Amino acid sequence: MKILVALKQVPARDSQFRPASDGRWIETGGLSYEINEPDAYALETGLRLKEQHGGEVVVLCAGPEGAASAIREALAKGADRAIHLVEENLLAHDSLSLARLLAAAIQQESPDLVLTGLQSDDIGAGQTGVILAELLGLPHATIIMEIEVQSGAVRVKRELEDGWFQHVTLPLPALLTIQSGSAKLRYATLMGIKKAKTKEIKPVSAAALGISAVPGAILERLSIPERSKQTVLLEGSPEQQAAQLVEKLKHEARVL
Amino acid sequence: MNPTLVIAELKADGSLHPMSLETLAAAQSLEAPVAIAVLGPHAPAAAVRLAGYRAAKICVLDHPLLANYTADGYTAALDWLIQHLDAGLVLFPHTYQVRDYAPKLATRCGCALVSDVTAIRAESGALLLRRQLFQGKLNGEYRPSPGTVFASLQAGAWRADSLIPGSTEIETLAPPLSVADIRQQSEAPFRESARAVDLSAAPLIVAVGRGIKEESNLELARELAQALNAELAASRPICDNGWLPMERQVGSSGQTVAPKLYLALGISGAIQHLVGMKGSQCIVAINKDPGAPIFEVADYGIAGDLFDVVPALIEELRKARA
Repeated sequence: MKILVALKQVPARDSQFRPASDGRWIETGGLSYEINEPDAYALETGLRLKEQHGGEVVVLCAGPEGAASAIREALAKGADRAIHLVEENLLAHDSLSLARLLAAAIQQESPDLVLTGLQSDDIGAGQTGVILAELLGLPHATIIMEIEVQSGAVRVKRELEDGWFQHVTLPLPALLTIQSGSAKLRYATLMGIKKAKTKEIKPVSAAALGISAVPGAILERLSIPERSKQTVLLEGSPEQQAAQLVEKLKHEARVL
Repeated sequence: MNPTLVIAELKADGSLHPMSLETLAAAQSLEAPVAIAVLGPHAPAAAVRLAGYRAAKICVLDHPLLANYTADGYTAALDWLIQHLDAGLVLFPHTYQVRDYAPKLATRCGCALVSDVTAIRAESGALLLRRQLFQGKLNGEYRPSPGTVFASLQAGAWRADSLIPGSTEIETLAPPLSVADIRQQSEAPFRESARAVDLSAAPLIVAVGRGIKEESNLELARELAQALNAELAASRPICDNGWLPMERQVGSSGQTVAPKLYLALGISGAIQHLVGMKGSQCIVAINKDPGAPIFEVADYGIAGDLFDVVPALIEELRKARA
């Protein structure tokens, strides 16, 4: 089975984020980057499927030169090869526009299964996978917990709201977005890191795919949210904070 | 003026998803006439309930192929309806089901979807949509390009109690669907196991998140819960790791709670968690990141290391009890 995993590099999720002075994006100075965690689960799922059923895992990542570190990490974890869709200015795209680029690159690969994370930790639109399915003409299912490979099809367990689940069967080729936490993530081994250096990373430019950025929705201004509630912040040493909190919960909020 | 189309969602038992009413309230607050779409076998009954609110019309989409939800079926049916009505704005509740098909539907219409929207404002004839980025740490304002605008609305961002009553006519339409449109085969929804813990009945809850770092540190949270006589709950990553059973998960994929006291330890406050607990009477957040969104909803906050604060808090509670 040929499995293509689309993944994204994002700023580390515990970073402090500040809008840039023009408000169009964040201050990027000093940020460290990582594989978008939901996409790491998609990669893990792809690697496990390959271990069970054989085949190949191809990683596709759109992003600037710096995204190469995310690609190397994916290769070190066990992906066979990668396509780096080199796009210095991801912000010129919205989900639809970026998916057009990704779809053009995926079409050249004709995978049996396309996997993505549920959403990104930066923009968090949660749309790329589903849009890709439409652009590629593939059946899809989202928020997938388990995959059972059948002949020419997959039967998947998808999560619904409020503790409900559902099984859905899709003919292959198909696209799935993977629920985070569905499997334990592996670390790259030293051997894996060494091997990754010899694996192929094919650079592809947006121009070569003949697709230009035409965003349908433009992010105009980022801002720090205003507090809707007046939070009383307790100061002092941990002991002082604890004492104030118990006092307030007893006599002000009266919940103890 | 092109109508605003509200896609109402029904729950598995056929009742109206409460977020459908919030979405209708958002549509009523805008200028354009409102049409409401309801799909599936329970649509006629839901339409009767929706008819009690002001709108231009309710469209019941009736077709045997809509008996079970499928992304393919809903996309084909709603694509047809959007063209049929020439909708200018299409609003969805941001549910798991909507996440499954709305991006596909917008793409089929050649438009962008702005997802998980928290506010809409009009500025010289154009709509500006606000949504959160970076797990709720920043807000972003989006300007859609001309054409039909698609937006899914965050739970709780609009209030159903502001709905304007009315008496709306119901129209039944049969979208042209064919078996070949639908590739997914869905089976009946199920639940894993009966819940042994009913967090929604607990008056006091201590909840832990990623900030607890290791499974062995849960003992500290357990001690605090004991000192308070509270139930222990968690955000999703803790249950995903298997550190606590899934039934103790609070949030959109777990339980919704509204206790007297909700004490959040090391929980950053992703929206999926907040929707499950923001109705609590008193919220306390202890988190080392002062920018964490949990502080947005907290009544009392301690921006500090939970491993310093919680032992002091346990000590203080024991003193108070003695």
